[in-house]
Amino acid sequence: MAMILNEEQTMLRDAARNFLASRAPLSHLRELRDGGQEDGYCRKLWQEMADMGWAAIIIPEKWGGLDYGHTGLGLVLEECGRTLTPSPLISTALLGVNALLLSANEGVCSHWLPRIASGEKLLALAFEESSQHRPSTTTTSAQPQDGSYQINGCKQGIILGGSADAFVVSARTRRGENPDEGISLFLVAADAPGLTISTTELLDNHRGATIRMEDVRVDRSHKLGPLHGGWPILEQVLDRGRIGLASELLGIAQETFERTVEYLKERKQFGIPIGAFQALQHRAAILFGEIELCKSVVIKALQAMDEENPDTPILASLAKAKCGQVAELSTAEGIQMHGGIGMTD
Amino acid sequence: MSEIQDTFRAEVRVWLEGNCPEEMRQPYGSEKDACWGGRNYTFQSNAQRQWLERMGGRGWTAPGWPKEYGGGGLDREQLKILKQELARINARPALYSFGISMLGPALLKYGNEEQKRHFLPPIVRGEIRWCQGYSEPNAGSDLANLQAPAVDMGDHYTLNGSKIWTSYGHFGDWMFCLVRTDPEAPKHQGISFMLFDMQTPGITVKPIKLISGRSPFSEVFFENVHIPKFQQIGELNRGWSIAKYLLTHEREMISWTGLSQTGMRSPGEIAMEIIGGDTGKLDDQIMRSDIARFEMDQMAFALTIERSRDEVKSGISLGAVSSWFKYYGTELNKQRYSLLMDIHGNEALAWSSEDSDEQVLAKDWLRTKGNSIEGGTSEIQLNIVAKRILGLPG
Repeated sequence: MAMILNEEQTMLRDAARNFLASRAPLSHLRELRDGGQEDGYCRKLWQEMADMGWAAIIIPEKWGGLDYGHTGLGLVLEECGRTLTPSPLISTALLGVNALLLSANEGVCSHWLPRIASGEKLLALAFEESSQHRPSTTTTSAQPQDGSYQINGCKQGIILGGSADAFVVSARTRRGENPDEGISLFLVAADAPGLTISTTELLDNHRGATIRMEDVRVDRSHKLGPLHGGWPILEQVLDRGRIGLASELLGIAQETFERTVEYLKERKQFGIPIGAFQALQHRAAILFGEIELCKSVVIKALQAMDEENPDTPILASLAKAKCGQVAELSTAEGIQMHGGIGMTD
Repeated sequence: MSEIQDTFRAEVRVWLEGNCPEEMRQPYGSEKDACWGGRNYTFQSNAQRQWLERMGGRGWTAPGWPKEYGGGGLDREQLKILKQELARINARPALYSFGISMLGPALLKYGNEEQKRHFLPPIVRGEIRWCQGYSEPNAGSDLANLQAPAVDMGDHYTLNGSKIWTSYGHFGDWMFCLVRTDPEAPKHQGISFMLFDMQTPGITVKPIKLISGRSPFSEVFFENVHIPKFQQIGELNRGWSIAKYLLTHEREMISWTGLSQTGMRSPGEIAMEIIGGDTGKLDDQIMRSDIARFEMDQMAFALTIERSRDEVKSGISLGAVSSWFKYYGTELNKQRYSLLMDIHGNEALAWSSEDSDEQVLAKDWLRTKGNSIEGGTSEIQLNIVAKRILGLPG
């Protein structure tokens, strides 16, 4: 597949850009933050996004979705990165929906996906147990008990966990030789008895959550995918999540870079635009190239998902690592090259 | 459409099976296995000669050039198929040639009909090896400052002055050269583009020894060299446009050094062999992360070249981006060799061995220092990116 966007994808991206520019520019995030809004995102805005089909981009048509593919969702995430717009796109439309789709649990999919597509329900993925990213070393346990499972354990670092109607939880159902053997996935309702949620406001005004589960009962119909076979599904969900995050990071890197280049042309010192100085020109030129690399790894990874390319895992790690590195570089260089104004809120 | 392509693929496959010698399907043993052709070239083997004659005869050393100039006359889809089929059997390139990668495209664009018919076919067949006369002692990064004067003598030009950093100048049969034809005009507007035989009386070539101990470059001196007027290409005093066009091709060509080449092993594989490790995980943690970072950047660069090709096909022009490719590709290649030096430990210090000096890593490593200098320094490329792509002033 040629590494360029088709017409439908270009239209989706442009529509997303226009919508976000008018409804959720950067000031939207500041309003949420300064208004002390508890959810960390605007429910009304999410409903508008859902009405445009954003919650349902990768959901198949039979479950009320658009079936526009991973590239489509990636483009919308990239645009949201440009405006730093907080929404359940990542927690639900990306992570939650992929977990359900990959589990191939028809009952769960036919109940939840149409409700997610309409914007009515939200999901969150609960798989981290420490501050370090080690998804295979889960200690949360799920014991079979009269047709259901009893879950005990604690999960942290859950994106938008405080707003979720249900969690996709990874739990150990069997001890194996390898840490990644014997993990199963479950869909656990947020209001299940024994489940408590605490939320944290994060540096970027997003919301994280920790959940504690004490003897939480989950019906076996809510097991996602095969028993003991949750790990390969979780790995795929995480790869898709990495690529989605890389798209968002690409948006952040590009927006910062473009604003910085504009500033270099406007800001005058010593009687000339500071962009005429070679020291700054070279830094900008290097950054330009790094962003070109990011554009390539992101579109390749997005297309790999749509084509079910077996190289998707390595492309996912490449995209996430590269875009993470470059978004940091772009924002740090942006602050420095803006001088004093770069330090202001 | 696809039926025609399938037929073409089948034809190519049959032809390659019958015509690509087995020996030419093996990875390179050394740099000498790369065939550059030319009047004085000594073929390494009969197979190497046959492979060049057959590919050149079919026009497939320059498969995209028009048939009337000796090329293959293939369209875009056919080019892709030929490339895939060559890769499928691990065929070595039949010919490395500045004539094909640099001069040819400029001749096709700026040459007149007679010049194209005269100069292009021998390039395709690998009969004439070309070298490039661009830089001068006082015209490096400031290339347009070149001075070598070519004076109009009625039926010919007389060239004096000198060139420096001429790649493989001492192997070149002919030179394509930038000369000054109007010393009064602003510097970009008095330059012309000329071709001449290196055996013309008045030309002296002196190889330059580099820190690698090798001499891939030469100095070339001109003393009243006669150049027939037929050998001046394009409009007189408008040679700078040709130079810029040609430089785009040179940059693109040099940027390939950043990619892993056919038959080249990755630093990761080499490190596993030399340093070792259990269950596919390298023993040296710091080296592992250095290698991972390098290989990531190399993958991202390869994908960016792929994307840029797709964009060119869909009508988005490449333009100044070639400067960035040159910059990044050469910086990557320097990193690769620096990593390889680290990986090889004290073996990397070897300078000459009793067997051969072909494979001495330290020499290759030192050679890469030149990658970010030749063909326009990294700093010049970044200037071009800043001004022509980002639109920064000054």
